[in-house]
Amino acid sequence: MAEASDATRIAATARDRVRFEEEALALSDQVYRVARHIASSREDADELVQETYARAFRSWRSYQPGTNLRAWLLRILTNLNIDRGRRAQRTPPMQGLEANDYFLYDKLAESDGGLSDEDRVVERLSQDDIVSALSAVPHDFRDVIVLVDIGDFSYQDAAQILDIPIGTVMSRLHRGRRILKRELAESVLEEGS
Amino acid sequence: MMGHSDDPCAHCEEMMQPYLDHILSEAEKVEAEMHLDECDWCRRRYRFEESLRVYVRQAVSEPMPAALKQKLAALRIPLD
Repeated sequence: MAEASDATRIAATARDRVRFEEEALALSDQVYRVARHIASSREDADELVQETYARAFRSWRSYQPGTNLRAWLLRILTNLNIDRGRRAQRTPPMQGLEANDYFLYDKLAESDGGLSDEDRVVERLSQDDIVSALSAVPHDFRDVIVLVDIGDFSYQDAAQILDIPIGTVMSRLHRGRRILKRELAESVLEEGS
Repeated sequence: MMGHSDDPCAHCEEMMQPYLDHILSEAEKVEAEMHLDECDWCRRRYRFEESLRVYVRQAVSEPMPAALKQKLAALRIPLD
């Protein structure tokens, strides 16, 4: 009898673990999308995602079913990224270009002479401009942008993943978006010069 | 939640990011939308910011390499 209940328990645990692994793997595209821009290169992102899954599969029992598995995986990933030796960066000073939220729009509309369709102003930015501008944003700010604006995490989830207060998420997001726009505006200026 | 300004467009700008993040109160949202209804200058800029977010997201989204997906599946712990 005892043997039968042990076997039932072992089978139930195995079933839970397989389900966990399948659910985690089903989220891997979304995890990669965030990892790609939290890590400094494609190769780093690749390694970071593998380390994250290796650790997640080993530690699956510490995940509480019913909670946000994607956030749990990203928490592991961001901690591993810090363990990999990422150091705090100096916060860039606020510069003139960041003084208001509309400078990028103004810059793009101005460089266009107001000729093109209003809804297409954004298309003056190339994909390369955007990818390099995002990578130029200091990582404390970039992590928040990547989680919220690209990964669709709530402020609350981003705060838990990065282990920072929600107010810090909001201020970094605000500032980070402006830095991103400053970088984009600079790339437009360089192309125009 | 926002500090008030005498300039309605400056006030509208303060509300822009929270508006796009859907975190304004109902009253603030109505206030922003009333201003946007009558102000072409602000409306263009809101529309730009909204499309910029979508554009950035599309531009930086990279599909996961198929080889990585296979490596992740191989990390699964075999059943005893």
